[in-house]
Amino acid sequence: MQGNVIHKSGDYRGTNPNMVDYEVERASFTWEQARRALDGLPGGRGLNIAHEAVVRHASGPRRDHVALRCIGRHGGRLDVTFAELDERSSRFANVLSALGVQAGERVFALMPRTADLYVVALGTLKRRSVLCPLFSAFGPEPIRQRLELGGGRVLITTPTLYRHKVSGIRDRLAELRHVLLAGGTAAPGATQPEATLDLEALLGEAEGEYEIGPTDPEDMALLHFTSGTTGTPKGAVHVHDAVISHHATGRIALDLHPDDVFWCTADPGWVTGTSYGIISPLVHGVTAIVDEGDFDAKRWYEVLEREAVTVWYTAPTALRMLMQAGASMAKDYDLSRLRFIASVGEPLNPEVVVWGQEVLGLAIHDNWWQTETGGIMVANYACMDIRPGSMGRPLPGVEATVLVRDDQGKVVVGDNGAAVEAVVGQEGELALRPGWPSMFRGYLGNPERYQSCFVGGWYLSGDLARRDEDGYFWFIGRGDDVIKSAGHLIGPFEVESALMEHPAVAEAAVIGIPDPLLGEVVKAFVTLHAGYESNEDLRLDLLGFARKRLGAAVAPREIAFDQHLPHTKSGKIMRRLLKARELGLPEGDTSTLEVRP
Amino acid sequence: MTSDEALVLMRSVLRQVAPEADLDEVGEGETLQEALDLDSIDFLNFVIGLAEATGLEMPERDYDQLSTVAGCVHYLSTSH
Repeated sequence: MQGNVIHKSGDYRGTNPNMVDYEVERASFTWEQARRALDGLPGGRGLNIAHEAVVRHASGPRRDHVALRCIGRHGGRLDVTFAELDERSSRFANVLSALGVQAGERVFALMPRTADLYVVALGTLKRRSVLCPLFSAFGPEPIRQRLELGGGRVLITTPTLYRHKVSGIRDRLAELRHVLLAGGTAAPGATQPEATLDLEALLGEAEGEYEIGPTDPEDMALLHFTSGTTGTPKGAVHVHDAVISHHATGRIALDLHPDDVFWCTADPGWVTGTSYGIISPLVHGVTAIVDEGDFDAKRWYEVLEREAVTVWYTAPTALRMLMQAGASMAKDYDLSRLRFIASVGEPLNPEVVVWGQEVLGLAIHDNWWQTETGGIMVANYACMDIRPGSMGRPLPGVEATVLVRDDQGKVVVGDNGAAVEAVVGQEGELALRPGWPSMFRGYLGNPERYQSCFVGGWYLSGDLARRDEDGYFWFIGRGDDVIKSAGHLIGPFEVESALMEHPAVAEAAVIGIPDPLLGEVVKAFVTLHAGYESNEDLRLDLLGFARKRLGAAVAPREIAFDQHLPHTKSGKIMRRLLKARELGLPEGDTSTLEVRP
Repeated sequence: MTSDEALVLMRSVLRQVAPEADLDEVGEGETLQEALDLDSIDFLNFVIGLAEATGLEMPERDYDQLSTVAGCVHYLSTSH
């Protein structure tokens, strides 16, 4: 099952890894020790992510080091030093203070990847308010739902995003007090939309100094929404203590060194883009590349070459798109500065790992984690041999296992109350022993759902995996109906609900179907009300309807008509059966299937 | 292909990828992706749709020439 192993020859392009021996590090690592690598707030006033990420560098030898190199969508480049980022984020903390925004209140950012997003993120953390970044490719409905569930007090966005996605839902957001618009309202002829404020003007008026108040490491810092099979998205709560994980994983799993130029291509609207796009590189005091533009093969190679990126953290879909663009394109660029490449989001197919070696001259290191874990949990490391297709081995300080599941998909618990661990090679649910700093501390307002993630002292990831005889973990698939497309989780219920709002739709069922580029694509099956005819015009109308509400990131890519969706006797749609039928797989246990005459 | 034919083709391909998107909403100099809220996969599908309809080969290195309305029209009307 392992295929070809990629052996590490000890050639690290002139930079020895931070971790030279996995077993040794694993034996000696403690989170207490990892905590000591950080400063803490002066005077023993606690631990605050913004202090570790910016303030301590701005008041030390790295104050004039470039923290962010921001590349504009249409070109142009802006360097921001740690000192500048510190000053501007302090202004933003003062803006929040002047608006009466309190510690613990949620500040949402729906913004493109620009320096302002970082200013908002760090200023919010300085203020001890809670940052909730949203992906700007979300449509109005996911935005509304998350703002409502998260009790958003403040939203920072741009005039364009506000006009397209927020103005139409604003009156339904009773708790939202302030909307600040970044970049653009000052343009000639532009007028400030009603009931919004100009971020730039507020920053200009604010003081550039801000003293971070006492911060308990357990104070809520970040809120990230993720999708489940049923119901609304879940807001995973992370605390300031998480910065210990962000730092430790940056050192061990991403191998960050002080002179690195690091590019994490994820949008901060997804947890990777916050933990590793914002926090980890800044905590390490390295230069982070921030590209406002969307994926484009040529653009990405140009960025890697021109900015002399040394450590690159990206996603399988992007790598597969680069692969598709052809090896000859890569040959046009000098990528010799690259030293370490990592990937996350879904399993990296062995061909991509091998392509990395052949075309980029470097193996690609897959790793695994999720919104709830807040940071990398299982990884392939610079010093460790790679088994292409495997997610690697648990981070030092993290205990991972595979738990046996019964026919209903429930983890089996023995008479002693302990969950039963799978033997080598046996499939089961990937689980982690709680206790690492960036573990989520709850789903906002939903303690039952949080509790249900733990069985017999393990956190259940919802992912199916197996472990080989040498402790490498191999991803099998999701253990539930959640769809993983381009590395992002999409809840079928969220998509079905949006489709059901269309007058023609009586019922909808949404599944993920395998796709060579995206891992899975979202496909919807709809049953029409009597009187509606299934035809191409209606199919396109439904597609456009869903995209308008949900945005391109969540909406189905395919829609099919189906007047006979499979149901359980209790009336629930059997998505699993639908998927089996669609893929021509065995239909499994259908004892609960309702048979219609 | 004339400019008008190029526009007609673009509309018809776009309708398959993103039926809600209106080409008239794209301002001069704006990228299709930005103005129409298309993600990278939408854009890829759009280009693939154009390539299939015209029989032209559209390699990834040309994608930036296809990112705006004017760029697309120019590309389609000058390629053979």
